[in-house]
Formats: sequence, structure tokens, C-alpha cells
Amino acid sequence: MANIFPKWSNFVPIKIILGIGLVVTAVVAGITYYGTPKYMRVGYQPIQPVPFDHNIHVEQLGMDCRYCHTYVDRSEHSNVPSTNTCMNCHSQVLTDSQALAPVRESAESGEPIPWVRIHKTPDFVYFNHSVHVNRGISCVECHGQVNEMQTVYHAKSLSMSFCLDCHRHPEKSIRPVDEVYNLNWEASSPKEQEEMGKRFVHDWKINPPLSCSGCHR
Amino acid sequence: MSAHTDESALADPALLAKVDPVTLPKPALVENEHTLHWVTERVCTIVEDSTPRWWWVCFILACAMASFTFVGLTYLVSTGVGTWGLANPINWGWAIVNFVFWIGIGHAGTLISAILCLLKQKWRTAINRAAEAMTIFAVMCAGLFPLFHVGRVWYAWWLFPLPNANGIWPNFRSPLEWDVFAVSTYFTVSCLFWYMGMIPDLACLRDRAKKTWRKYFYGVLAMGWRSSSRHWNNYEMAYILLAGLSTPLVLSVHTIVSFDFAVALVPGWHTTIFPPYFVAGAIFSGFAMVLTIMLPLRAIYRLHDIITQRHIDCMCKIILGTGSMVGYAYAMEFFIAWYGANPYESFTFVNRAFGQYAWAYWIMVTCNVISPQLFWFKCIRENTALVLVICMFVNVGMWFERFVIAVTSLANDFLPSSWGYYSPTIVDIFTFFGTFGFFSVLFLLFVRFLPLMPIAEIKAITPAGTPHPNPDTNHL
Repeated sequence: MANIFPKWSNFVPIKIILGIGLVVTAVVAGITYYGTPKYMRVGYQPIQPVPFDHNIHVEQLGMDCRYCHTYVDRSEHSNVPSTNTCMNCHSQVLTDSQALAPVRESAESGEPIPWVRIHKTPDFVYFNHSVHVNRGISCVECHGQVNEMQTVYHAKSLSMSFCLDCHRHPEKSIRPVDEVYNLNWEASSPKEQEEMGKRFVHDWKINPPLSCSGCHR
Repeated sequence: MSAHTDESALADPALLAKVDPVTLPKPALVENEHTLHWVTERVCTIVEDSTPRWWWVCFILACAMASFTFVGLTYLVSTGVGTWGLANPINWGWAIVNFVFWIGIGHAGTLISAILCLLKQKWRTAINRAAEAMTIFAVMCAGLFPLFHVGRVWYAWWLFPLPNANGIWPNFRSPLEWDVFAVSTYFTVSCLFWYMGMIPDLACLRDRAKKTWRKYFYGVLAMGWRSSSRHWNNYEMAYILLAGLSTPLVLSVHTIVSFDFAVALVPGWHTTIFPPYFVAGAIFSGFAMVLTIMLPLRAIYRLHDIITQRHIDCMCKIILGTGSMVGYAYAMEFFIAWYGANPYESFTFVNRAFGQYAWAYWIMVTCNVISPQLFWFKCIRENTALVLVICMFVNVGMWFERFVIAVTSLANDFLPSSWGYYSPTIVDIFTFFGTFGFFSVLFLLFVRFLPLMPIAEIKAITPAGTPHPNPDTNHL
């Protein structure tokens, strides 16, 4: 049989293997960077029907998280307040503000304000707000510095490994229970956080579930 | 004194000349004194002749059968795993039964190609290629069941320990995870072995090819093989290395499959006899399947001179040997259940033989323990049709063995309040039935397009290929 394969075909297998290697590396690197919650969720900042400014309410006026998110320490769900909560003050304050027109309309008609949801755990994940805030895990651990946000955005990845990092090492995130709603609180040093955290984990018998059924019930 | 006399008698050349050594007739491995060229022609024409009509008939039938698996799996993926008959308390049903059944069949291939190679059993050459192909296709059929039982097949890669955004690893303490490594290693090594062994024959087909597409097809697959001495030297070395590498796999894969059961605490599963018992059963079922496939092929392609009665004898004896081991294991399970004085275990075994699944148990015993005992008789080993029938019985029996182990133990375990009875659904039946079609499609393609037997190795064991021909004795 005549030789039907030219000389360059000797290197075709090596080139194919190298090419496949490059493509696989590129795909894996691309998905790792662009396909995970760190990229896909963090920074999500939808325009809300009312430009509610957390910074003004919390930092300038000194309101507590629980004035509006009333059930966060009593329920698995942290509620978004009804318009009545807004009107407690805004029936007196800034009554003519153009920005607040949708709030007044909602209060009159009884139709809720269509807030755009930012943080959402998937249907197959069970998450309980009250167990976390009552055991020294502050809002800031998952939601970021909401007290400084003029418009709320998705600050943390909230991926499964994000949850597990803290469930595996709760001492790094735990704080005194009376500082949970103080989003600016910080331990005086990382060492202090470590020591205090370990003490709280021990004293409060913190044992975060690591089994599948802990969250996927 | 007498010792001295014996020595001198042995040294006496006159006495030695009188000795007439007995010549044991050993049947030739390739009969009828064929030339070396005949071997090449015999193997290559299977691929080169125009496609026979029986092949098309079988191929279309096999495709039609395989479509049952396709329908079953499509329905499963689009609906959910609930369409299989798995429900409390029997959460392991046909899926694991079929998985173990097919994986077991695959074991003959590696045994023939690795262990028999290291033991220099020359009769293996006629059947090793087909047995390796059977192994690979059987493992593919087996893989379908664990792959699809995860439900969302596109997440099946989670079985592998890859770093991921969820921050979790598979459970390394689970034998099911060991299965992933065992089976994937086994599949990879089997593929390598199979393909590497084929390279010289693919080169032969390439060199004989007339049509351009065949030249390119076999040319690419032959990877530039030129049959030089250096090539052969490397080939032999690689072959021995792969044989050494796959030898532990023959034992490890089914050992680990048996751990799926043995590591659990369910009575009837939690026994130390499982690994050797499963390995013997796997080789048993594998050889039965090799004969089931090779006997029809031998008749169709008239390969009687290459696959001789001696080959069939050898395989029948292996089936007899491993079948007896399996029978011994069945008996030993009962003995230990009594001797161990564990009431749950005794109940399980009595329940196996006389409970709601007694019908399955006695089918298993009849097919696996009684039917291979017929191979003690030479007249039965020489009756090809009967050998085929007995092998069919063994195939059926080994499927029932896995059914009995998986289902009876789960159906009646510790809590009588949660006892149940398992029945497969139509989706289970479709999926399993179709795997025989899937297997046949692959095997028919193999027969039609790839060399069925290793040409060079068969040449080496023909009388014509013997380097020191002696008309008086057969060198094999």
C-alpha cells in the first residue's frame, strides 16, 4: 500500500491532545470564574420601585433592622415590611416627596409595593433567619454592609460553599448576641474574634449541621 | 546398598534405551495443519467480505431492542426516578441487580486477557479479543444503571471528586464511591488493553484494504504500525505490563461491587464471604457469556479450526470450577447463618429459600449450582448445542443470584412492620431488556469492522508457526 499519510500527520495526535487540553482548561477556567455565584450573583442591584435608602434610615436616623424586618428574630423568613410600616413615619415626614408617591398610592389602594427580590435561597434549601440571628450571626455576614447601601445589592455569593465555610468554622463569624444588629461592630482584633468565637461556640453549644439533610430537608 | 544399585541402574545407558516414554496426545490449538496465510485470510475476510444478510437482520433487530432502553431512560429522565419500582423498604431493585449482572459478565474478558496471559494459557488467543470487546460493552451496559439512577444525569459528574463551587466532596467512606473508581479504572484499562492488542491486526487490515475510506479508517487506527522488530518488542512489553496491571483489577472490581452490600448491616449482605464469592460468580457468568457469544460466531464463520473442542472444554471446566465455588458459597452462607446464631441472619436465609421469593432462589440454585455440574461429562462438553443451553441457564441464574441478594434481604429485614414486596415497573423492564440490544449492536459493529481475533498470536500457536517443527510430537 502506498503511504497515504504525509509526514505532518505524525504530529496530528499530539496537536489534538494539546488542543483538547487547552480547550478543557479554558472551559473549566471560564466556568469557574463566570459560572459560579461569586460572579453570577454578587453585584446584582436591581432598580426598586421606590429608591429606599438604607444608609439614611440606619446610619443617619439610627433605626434598628427589626423596626421594618419585624420577624427576622422570630421566624425562618425575614419579612419585607408592608406599606403601613413606611407610613408610620411618612404620613408625617416628607409627605409631598415625589419619590414617595408610590408609597402613598400603595397605602391608599392597599396594593403592596412590588419590591424586586435580591437574595433568594433555592427551593431545595431550608434556611432559618431566627436561629442565625439569635445565635450571634449578624445580618452583615450574609447581606454585607446594608447599613451603608443607598441601593441594596447582592454583596456575598451565598453559594453552598459560602454557607459551608461558616458552618465548618462558626467561630470566625459569631459575635455577641446584642451586637447582631449593629452592622458596624467588629472584634478588636482577629485574635480576639477567634478566642471569643470559640468561647461562644462552646458555651452556646453551637453545632451547625454539615449533613445533607441539615439544609436539604 | 539398595540406593547404590538404583543409581547405577539409572545411569545404565542400556536400560535407558529400553525406556519407551508415554506420549500424551495434546489436541492442537489450531487444527488441520493450516498455513499462516490461512489464519490471516480467515480473520480478515470476516471484516472484508460484503456484509452478510444475517448481520443486517441481527443488527436491525438489535437496534429495535436497544430502542427499549432509549425509551425507558428517556421516560425516566423526563419524569423522575420514581418511575422505577424502587420504594420503601426495597430501595435497591433491578437497577443494582442489572448493574452487578453486566459488570460480572465483563470479568471474563480481563481474566482471559490478563490472568490467562500471565499463566501462559495459549488457548486464550482464539477468544481473548472477543472477550475483551464483550467486557467493554458489558461495562457500558452496566454503567447505564448507576448513571441514570441519579435522576438528573447531567449532574453525574458529581460522582467524581472534582473541586466545585459547593465546597463538598463525594463521601469517600461509601463503597458506592469506591465503585466509581473501580469501574472507571477497569473500563479504562480494558479499553487500552483491547485497543493496544488490536493495533497489529488493524495494520494488517490497513495493508490489505482496497477502498480509500478503509485505508484511512484502519490507517488512523493502526497508528503507524510497521511490524518492525522494535515495534513488536515494545508491543510485547506493553502487553505484559497491561496484563500485570489488569490482573488485580479482575479481583478488585467485583470485590468492591460486593462491598456495596457487605459493608451494609442488612442481614444477608453483611458477610465476609462476599468478595471471593462475587469474584467467582463474576468469572462464572463471564465465561458463560463468552460461550454464548462465541459458539454462534464459530458456527456462522466456520471457525472450528481456531476455536476447537479444546477451547470449549477449557471454558466449560472454568464454568464448572467457578460454578462449584458459587454453590459452595451458597451453602456456606447457610452454614454461617446457623453457626453464627444470629436470629436475624438465620431468618433471612430460611426466608430466602422458603419465603416470598423462594421461586427466585430455586431458579438461582437450579441454574447456577445444578446445571454447570453437567460439565463433568465429556459427552456434554462435546455437544455444542447443549453447552450453549447450559450457558444460557448460567446467564439467567446469575441474574437471579443478584436479584435474590439485593431484594430478599431488603424486603424482610429487622422490622416486620415495614416488610414489603418488590415488583419492577414496565420502565425497569424496558430499560433492562433494551440493554441486550445495546450490547448486541456494539458487538455486531465490532464483528463487522474490527479484527475478531489476534492474527499474530494465533499464528504463533499454529503447528506451522512453531520454530522447531517436530513431526513426532506436538509442541503445544
